[in-house]
Amino acid sequence: MNGIHDMGGMQDMGPTRPEKDEPVFHEPWEGRVFALDMALGADWSGNAERYQIELIPPADYLRMSYYEKWLTSLLELIVKTGMVTRTEIESGKATESNTKAGHMLSVAEVAPLVATGSPSTRNVPAVAHFQAGQRVRASNVNPAGHTRLPRYTRGKLGVVEHDHGVFVFPDTDAHGLGEKPQHVYSVRFAARELWGKQANRRDSVYVDIWDDHLEAG
Amino acid sequence: MTTTRRNLLTAALTAAGATVTPDFTHAQGRDHDHDHDHQVAPSDPALRVKALESLLVAKGLVDRVALDALVDTYEHKVGPRNGARVVAHAWADRAYKQRLLTNANKAIGELGYGGAQGEHMVVVENTATVHNLVVCTLCSCYPWPVLGLPPVWYKSAAYRSQTVIDPRGVLREFGLELSDDVEVRVWDSTAELRYLVLPERPGGTENMDEVQLAALVTRDAMVGTAKVTAQRGGSRP
Repeated sequence: MNGIHDMGGMQDMGPTRPEKDEPVFHEPWEGRVFALDMALGADWSGNAERYQIELIPPADYLRMSYYEKWLTSLLELIVKTGMVTRTEIESGKATESNTKAGHMLSVAEVAPLVATGSPSTRNVPAVAHFQAGQRVRASNVNPAGHTRLPRYTRGKLGVVEHDHGVFVFPDTDAHGLGEKPQHVYSVRFAARELWGKQANRRDSVYVDIWDDHLEAG
Repeated sequence: MTTTRRNLLTAALTAAGATVTPDFTHAQGRDHDHDHDHQVAPSDPALRVKALESLLVAKGLVDRVALDALVDTYEHKVGPRNGARVVAHAWADRAYKQRLLTNANKAIGELGYGGAQGEHMVVVENTATVHNLVVCTLCSCYPWPVLGLPPVWYKSAAYRSQTVIDPRGVLREFGLELSDDVEVRVWDSTAELRYLVLPERPGGTENMDEVQLAALVTRDAMVGTAKVTAQRGGSRP
């Protein structure tokens, strides 16, 4: 989706302002949202969650803090998965029976969850259509759903630097259309290919791109 | 701010009903009065999150002790000191550095780090002629096991938009002016790979041990928005 989240190359968003001695969470509720999301996250795909955040209307997306976006996404996902109803969120009272399929994350499971994560690689055979050193072009596509192909790369020429192996394809996984595992490549784009002569001729941008999003260049 | 939070709630509830388009009208903030009609929960996120947590506990969906443990983990256990130890070890041990650059996951795992949002790590090395800088233009991807959770600036629209088109301008905002002769490589971590910059070891540190070296390494240097200096400035994280 050509949404507001796809920000690479936009201008006039203002300067980056680092905060001195920044805390991990600015308010306790941010930590709770983070923890709730981690504790419940096994019940949906991380790609579906990303897409849920991308669906936040553009003006809100720009206004909201990071954890407000997480909260928005979390509320939607727990309703969609049937864990709670909108009525329950509004009233704060549990009135429906729990329909969640998984089990409650216990304190003993926290450390293993943090230490393991959820790898996106898949040990299945997949044809590598490209190889290191090959010139490629990022596809000129404009999917309406979730995609990891940033707009600023589309139609641009690059060179495959490395084959990272076989990964779940977020574009289908986010929408429940299967994992469609395929190769992901590190592709180097010259900054001038992306931005023209205003860019430094030595500079480049590296983007990891799925097989389906590349064509021979 | 109040309006923002009301819009947030409206967005959350409406989108849960899968009607995103009408909600967008509210999001423009043109009809605040109408928007108030949809206010059905506390506008303060602290109150809303407290109510949500209580609801989820009551339904047997989350355990408060587990939530406490998750917060504690990322506030106190997982953070940029982990990455600093990786960098210091790479500076001190040439063979380790080679392993780190060729198989980052395995090498980082040797020091006991890995896991969520660091499942697929890549380490890129800064030298006198190459400067690496990491961004995620689509969201906020960041190598948690070695750097912890990302700072607000890393997730900001300003950083996410500008870094790929004007990396040298971003670096100037961090007080780092690079010569035109230095090649800048921006890593847009929009896929599943997570990037850690191995900064240049500063001169004058030949006699330091790994603990002393690690104390010099800042989070920003491992994202690529700073260099490491022999004296810890104290002003930069």
